[in-house]
Amino acid sequence: RICKIMIWRAPKSIWRLRPVHPQSGVLCCPGIGAVKVGHNLNGYREIHRRAAVCQRQVPQSPTWEPVEEKDLPPPTRVPPDLVDKLERLALVDFRNKEGVACLERAIRFADQLHIIDTEGVEPMDSVLEDRQLYLREDSVREGECAEQLLRASSKTVEEYFVAPPGNIPLPQREERASLLKNSEF
Amino acid sequence: MAASSVGSCVVCSCINRVSPSQRHLLRTFTYNSFFIRNVRTSYLCFQNQVQAQIKSDPRQLVAVVGLEVHAQIHSKSKLFSGSHVKFSAPPNSLVSFFDASLPGTLPVLNRRCVEAAVMTGLALNCTINKKSLFDRKHYFYADLPAGYQITQQRVPIAVNGSLAYSLVVGQKRKEVVTKSVRIKQIQLEQDSGKSLHDDSRSQTLIDLNRAGVGLMELVMEPDMCCGEEAATAVRELQLILQALGTSQANMSDNDVLSDLSLSSAHDPSKQGSLKREIASFITLDLLIFSTDYEIERQMAVLESGGVVVNETRAFDFKSGPGITLIVLNFIFFFSLRFMPEPNLPPLIVYDRQTVPPNADPQQVINVDWIREQLPQLPQMKRRHLVEHYGLLPEHSITLVNEDGLMDYFVSVVQETTTEPKKVVGWIIKDLLALLKQHSLNVSQSPISPSSLAELLNLLEAGKISSSVAKLVFQELWRGTGRSASQIVQEQDLSMVHDRGAIQQICQAVIDSHQEEVRAIQGGNKRVLNRLVGLVQKEVKGRADPVQVRAILEEKTS
Repeated sequence: RICKIMIWRAPKSIWRLRPVHPQSGVLCCPGIGAVKVGHNLNGYREIHRRAAVCQRQVPQSPTWEPVEEKDLPPPTRVPPDLVDKLERLALVDFRNKEGVACLERAIRFADQLHIIDTEGVEPMDSVLEDRQLYLREDSVREGECAEQLLRASSKTVEEYFVAPPGNIPLPQREERASLLKNSEF
Repeated sequence: MAASSVGSCVVCSCINRVSPSQRHLLRTFTYNSFFIRNVRTSYLCFQNQVQAQIKSDPRQLVAVVGLEVHAQIHSKSKLFSGSHVKFSAPPNSLVSFFDASLPGTLPVLNRRCVEAAVMTGLALNCTINKKSLFDRKHYFYADLPAGYQITQQRVPIAVNGSLAYSLVVGQKRKEVVTKSVRIKQIQLEQDSGKSLHDDSRSQTLIDLNRAGVGLMELVMEPDMCCGEEAATAVRELQLILQALGTSQANMSDNDVLSDLSLSSAHDPSKQGSLKREIASFITLDLLIFSTDYEIERQMAVLESGGVVVNETRAFDFKSGPGITLIVLNFIFFFSLRFMPEPNLPPLIVYDRQTVPPNADPQQVINVDWIREQLPQLPQMKRRHLVEHYGLLPEHSITLVNEDGLMDYFVSVVQETTTEPKKVVGWIIKDLLALLKQHSLNVSQSPISPSSLAELLNLLEAGKISSSVAKLVFQELWRGTGRSASQIVQEQDLSMVHDRGAIQQICQAVIDSHQEEVRAIQGGNKRVLNRLVGLVQKEVKGRADPVQVRAILEEKTS
């Protein structure tokens, strides 16, 4: 819930709140100072409260504006060979009309993002991108927990995990070739 | 896609990065004595044009070979977790929660792996990117529990380097040519786990011990033209990695895996298109063999007007040479869905000018400092051998390329007064030949450097003749534990210095071979050699051949 607040309601400077490195548990933000967080979410609440005090422009409730169909790009149709490709990539099966229609509706929904003006806004890979990457000393500190890990597996043989043979079965080669013959993907 | 111009052809493109899934397949099939040749599965466009051009001038076909080498980084712990990196441990014993991709675990980068990649980059004349990025490469395979591999696709740690290697060429293999292959990039990435396929029970056993081990992927440009060049470049790289200590680079332990791309085309400058990837060689011999085989096969196809399609090929040992099987690698129909790794900020490395003051030294990687720590590289070792010991370049190559042979040579030279050039002759022509014949390493040699030095000292001091020295060498090889001088003493092999005794034997030989003496007197001086041989036979090779020759000449004239 806290994450949601930070992403959707906080200004960009607060998006960048995060531990100095994954193990330190200290959050800091320019102008706010460091807050010891640890595993207690109250720390995040405190940061957010302080940030909200100095950033009055943050809207306190979400606003909503319906998007007109005419503002959107033409709807995307998903041809069968693209369906085939997506199924392989995602290891899902939606090869019936309903499944494809659902996919097309999802794309349509995402089309609304095209309306947002991103002129002059650099895309962000990660909220961590201006932080220093923590470097760990090369020493052995983990492992030797095979028993514990194997307990999470439904099937094991001796100390091995057991998986089905190979990957998902492929359709016959001819079938695949004819399917992909005119594919542009 | 492909483009064509007059007199040249450019065939196909659409090349994906090598997927570690190829290595899965390789390892999979290694258990069945199989080698996979992994190949891009994109199909040719403009097939007709290509065919027409190839038909018009098949003689100009040139093969180009590129390599992608995965080297396991020599470190105590894995790339992003603190579990142990070790060969042959009980299955799944070296696995942390992160390696098993349990939810909520995060990658924490190993400083040593970054340093190893930077050091390798510097040794290969690369530009080190002060800021590099991590990406996720997605594919499904049971030994990749996260469903993605963390790698460096967009901005790798090192780019634009070069690897120089020396090739011995010419009919007598005496000419040394130095060539260079460009290094496109070096990237850090995780290894995957290991799958053991149990066909009889139709299941796969997964061992994640190797999952998450740090790898350096070195991508070379297609600057090579045959299997030998590719193998020499890989060997040079292996030597460099071992000299740096950044990888143990042991091919048989899968520390180094080479993925090889090759293509045949008219105009090498127009290579937009690598047609084939032959992945993961356990031995360099196999690399040479399969590369040259594949080049020949592709050229034959092209010359007969055919089209080389990208496909996966397996080399089957059981069927013997010349047989490759087509194995379609379906993974390459798909995108690998690269995306930025959200859990890792950019990796920043510094140099003297940019290193922040008061920074925690544990958190700073200083490129200049690593550069100062670079050890002597194989190329420098060879130059040292040539300049310091006056060796021939081809000998320096052999000494450096054989594991431990250079150290062996240096130890022998230190203990003997014999000229280094002569020592090299004994080491390469006699010792190395025998080692190869018995498939032994230099470290397994039954003759230690000091006992060879002792033998050479006896020879140098004129105590034994060179033919006796060869005999003693053979005796030493048998490893009876006796030293060279003991053998000489026991078998009474020391040189006969008594001129009177030699003269007597010479006279006896002359008396019993009057026909030869007449021939010599008739002007055929070559017959003299036969008489010298006969005398040496009499004295069991213990006489100085120069002296024997002089006596014989005197007596026959």
